[in-house]
Amino acid sequence: MLELKDVSYHVEDGNGKDILNHINLEIHDRFTAITGPNGGGKSTLAKLIAGILQPTDGQILFDGQDITKMSITDRAKRGISFAFQQPVRFKGITVFDLIRLASGKTVSIEGACEYLSEVGLCAREYINREVNASLSGGELKRIEIATVIARGRKLSVFDEPEAGIDLWSFQNLIQVFEKMHQETQGSIVIISHQERILNIADRIVVIAEGEIAKSGTKDEIIPELLNGTLSCRHNAGGCIHG
Amino acid sequence: MDEYQKSLLEQVAGLHEVPAGAYNIRANGQAAGRQSTEHIEIVTKEDKQGIDIYIKPGTKKESVHIPVLITQTGLKELVYNDFHIGEDCDVTIVAGCGIHNSGSQTSEHSGIHSFFIGKNAKVKYVEKHYGTGEGTGERIMNPQTVIEMAEGSYMEMETVQIKGVDSTERSTKAKLGEGAQLVIKEKLMTHGKQTAVTRFYVDLDGRESSTNVISRSVAKDSSEQTFYSQINGNNQCAGHSECDAIIMDNAIVRAVPEITANHLEASLIHEAAIGKIAGEQLIKLMTLGLTEQEAEEQIVNGFLK
Repeated sequence: MLELKDVSYHVEDGNGKDILNHINLEIHDRFTAITGPNGGGKSTLAKLIAGILQPTDGQILFDGQDITKMSITDRAKRGISFAFQQPVRFKGITVFDLIRLASGKTVSIEGACEYLSEVGLCAREYINREVNASLSGGELKRIEIATVIARGRKLSVFDEPEAGIDLWSFQNLIQVFEKMHQETQGSIVIISHQERILNIADRIVVIAEGEIAKSGTKDEIIPELLNGTLSCRHNAGGCIHG
Repeated sequence: MDEYQKSLLEQVAGLHEVPAGAYNIRANGQAAGRQSTEHIEIVTKEDKQGIDIYIKPGTKKESVHIPVLITQTGLKELVYNDFHIGEDCDVTIVAGCGIHNSGSQTSEHSGIHSFFIGKNAKVKYVEKHYGTGEGTGERIMNPQTVIEMAEGSYMEMETVQIKGVDSTERSTKAKLGEGAQLVIKEKLMTHGKQTAVTRFYVDLDGRESSTNVISRSVAKDSSEQTFYSQINGNNQCAGHSECDAIIMDNAIVRAVPEITANHLEASLIHEAAIGKIAGEQLIKLMTLGLTEQEAEEQIVNGFLK
């Protein structure tokens, strides 16, 4: 499905910094969680997969094809979806518009409502609302996830879906991902610090200081995270304290 | 009516055929059709070009369409249309001007619309301007709107200019009586070397009068836009104006807001924002499979919707 070969990402600010160092990673499972301390390079990795950033070194293969130099649009067309950590706001573009664009085909109001119901939003209240600052962080997050579900493609990458939402919304969000895990036809890669999300994963990859610190099943990884052998940030709401 | 005129009629008034209700169609400076109704009378002015529209008090759920179509190159006209709206009316007025210029001379329409709105009347006024034609002659429109609102009246004015007008100077002046409410929504897009100047001047004279002036615009290519708004709070009143512009390419956008409180209980707010399309908005739509150009179009269309 997805293969990262010796991928590095280096930024030139002042002294220069290596954000990711020679990452080698193959993703075949249905549900892969990427975790690790803040500033370790997780979000950068997600952006490299979606094409928002270009690696300074290495190769990214998707279904055996080299997509390293491919644009965001071309990757999206080949089946990669990306949910932003901080969903983008638009003046004038409605929730319906966004879902219609995401699905890439003609979609009825009823059809769009189904995607919203999937993420626990009462569709009729939201469908004609603008995706602007009048929506709360939790609402924007769910709409963001609904756009990825509406795309229904081979690979969906979620960058910290739990970031910026309250605990109550988070409980509902977990159910969304549990359902997605059961029903998805494609693969899911999710960047998260939350134990309950890691618990759904078929495989967990720990990234720290720009490198893969560990990779394995949840039974292998979670105990180590809990014992503090591997690091993870402190956070309220079910995070693993490492 | 020829095909060009029919197409303009659809663009400026959303009409395929003659409308239901009262209407007056002006084509190339001539009357091309008129209908008065039991409650709405349209009368030709005798001292100058234009018409008087009399709407009887208590007229509800009726509409008036007064589109202007120009397909003759070099035609320049100045037209006065006065709307006398009786008390307690609830009506929709659709005006608009379309110019198709396939020649080399300038075609120009200047329309001066005056509204005298009676007590407790409710008016929705929609005005669209559109230009087309492959000629080198310029298409110029200079609409002026003068509004006098009596006690308790309400007016919503929607003014749209999306395409093809080379130069425009738009002026709207309003005086509001006690409890009167005026909402103005402007949508404007300029491209090529077009210029657009918009002026809103609102006097909030009556106690508890209020206005909300909202302008959204997109300036592309080397076009130039200037937005002036002046709200005077002369009594206990509320005024809000908002100018929101997307700037692209080599365009220039200027926003000059002015709010003046001449009364202790006047509450006035102005917001203005000019900026290019945010990079993250383009990226989000590109992750949905749109090209950069398609993403830009969606953002602009949504913004002006």
